[in-house]
Amino acid sequence: MKRFIARRVGYALLSLFLLSLTIFFFVRVTGDPAALLVEPGASPGDIAAIHHQFGLDRPLLVQYWLFLVALFHGDLGQSFYYQVPVMGLYLSRLGNSLILASVAMLFSLAIGIPAGILASVQVGRFWDQFGKLFTLLGLSMPSFWIGLLMILLFSVYLGWLPSSGAGSGWQLCLPFTSICGSGEPTHIIMPAFALGWYFAAAHMRLTRSSMLEVLGSEYIKLARIKGLPQILVIAKHAFKNALIPVLTLAGINLVLMVNVAVVVETVFAWPGIGRLLYEGITFRDFPIVQGVVIMGGAMIVIVNLLIDIVYAVIDPRIRLGN
Amino acid sequence: MSIPADVIRLPARESRLAGIRRIRVGEYPVIPILILAVIAFLAVFANQLAPHDPEVGILSARFHPPFWQAGGSTEYLLGTDQLGRDVLSRLIFGARISMVVGFTAVIFAGFVGTVLGIVSGYLGGWVDQLVMRLTDTWLALPALTFAIFLAAIVGPSMWNIVIILGAVYWTRYARVIRGEVLSLKEREFVRLAIVAGCSKWTIMRRHILPNVVNTAIVLGTLMLGVVIVAEASLSFLGVGVPPPEPAWGLMLADGKEGLMVGYWWLTVFPGGCIMLMVLAANLLGDWLRVKLDPQLRQL
Repeated sequence: MKRFIARRVGYALLSLFLLSLTIFFFVRVTGDPAALLVEPGASPGDIAAIHHQFGLDRPLLVQYWLFLVALFHGDLGQSFYYQVPVMGLYLSRLGNSLILASVAMLFSLAIGIPAGILASVQVGRFWDQFGKLFTLLGLSMPSFWIGLLMILLFSVYLGWLPSSGAGSGWQLCLPFTSICGSGEPTHIIMPAFALGWYFAAAHMRLTRSSMLEVLGSEYIKLARIKGLPQILVIAKHAFKNALIPVLTLAGINLVLMVNVAVVVETVFAWPGIGRLLYEGITFRDFPIVQGVVIMGGAMIVIVNLLIDIVYAVIDPRIRLGN
Repeated sequence: MSIPADVIRLPARESRLAGIRRIRVGEYPVIPILILAVIAFLAVFANQLAPHDPEVGILSARFHPPFWQAGGSTEYLLGTDQLGRDVLSRLIFGARISMVVGFTAVIFAGFVGTVLGIVSGYLGGWVDQLVMRLTDTWLALPALTFAIFLAAIVGPSMWNIVIILGAVYWTRYARVIRGEVLSLKEREFVRLAIVAGCSKWTIMRRHILPNVVNTAIVLGTLMLGVVIVAEASLSFLGVGVPPPEPAWGLMLADGKEGLMVGYWWLTVFPGGCIMLMVLAANLLGDWLRVKLDPQLRQL
């Protein structure tokens, strides 16, 4: 067990190392990083000063070392536009992103799980076909287009829902941290639906295949032979076990949602991380762009590590198999 | 007793065409092929088909609605945008950008991913470790965020987007192809080739590659939809194809301005085009997956 965890942690550290190397490499291979780190239109004197300040006139290895040291201190550089550290900005927006992603996740599970169960019970019949069509549409309609269409219908034509911003009705904080977010139900419905739409299709697909696997197992046959009614077999015996992979995927997807929401957040002007990234692009504020990418990759590596470890604790086959 | 001819045929040679041969006339997915054919036709003959210049508008003709609405005219069938440019013409030229970016990025990513997947799977050892750790790390980066980061470094242009999307999406090919290669290299025909004295390079090229081409094609078709949405997203955010080019994602970004006052045609038409093309690519990909490689049904 200890060896398994040690190896997984080793892989995660290696991934983080390669991640930092990738970012470092790309910034330097495509030209002078000073051009990205100063505001557009800076004088040659300013650029030389930046070269010296960031150690860009030193050997590459030394530069990489300084880059790593800064990362370990949680230093992602200074935003040009906001004139504050990127890390602070990132954390101040993280709460809003988490709220949006959580509600989007609820939407996607509320649609995906029942639809998946229905399709698995009715394999090849109407609801299964309908579900297939639904997943195909879910995977084919870009989320930001859904968002724009919803704005057109619900904000412009019907006037029911606000089209931008988060409102300030709710105030939620992550326990033990200063990460807080705010939002209002009327503001959150449309962006959460647009973001959850794509994931609903993925959750439905997985629920269906997971249910089919469980329904074919011995203990379900036994439950049927015992004479249990169909509804009990599905709801009590099959559903619970089929849910495990779906919830695992949902955990990974929640982190993904925080990181892929950039287009949806831009459409709805939702003040989260995605919007921060968009501001980074439009204001040519490179430290923000770099910071968001690093944090996104690190977050996903760490969550994957945690899931691996939890799985190994729960299921001995995994840790012994490795 | 004579041996039937097909028993002694080499498996590697056979499988190159076996998948294609299984497809019979009358089973084609007509709708997706038709959609892609129409879009390809528009892309190729955009110069002849478009009624107006897609990049130059008449400011006095701004925000004309489509012809069937009050105020619309048959001069601008699908209306005009905020600079008085013809929406229909921009959609037609946009098909060209989506087609070119979509296909070249998929082919580029497929080439890099397939080569690395084969080399990594067949050679094993430290090469495999290196490629796979790199693949894992790049897969951990959220694709769109990574693409935005790269676009912010190299600056927006159509060919930069192709390279960026290729650099982001090759990992998906590498993963799957490597898995295939791992099982292929244990097969008899590969062992025979080793015994026969073929070099590693020859085995990879002549015996492994033909057997993973089907998989690469299926993956490529499924990736086409992903890549088109990614290009539209990048253009929508302003780091993709630069204005005034008529990319569909860019049209959606421009259309946002008129959305709040109800100029629906600037949002509905470009988005609809993206959806149709992605839908067609996904349908075709699903069909090819079942046809060419039954083992991939679980993908």
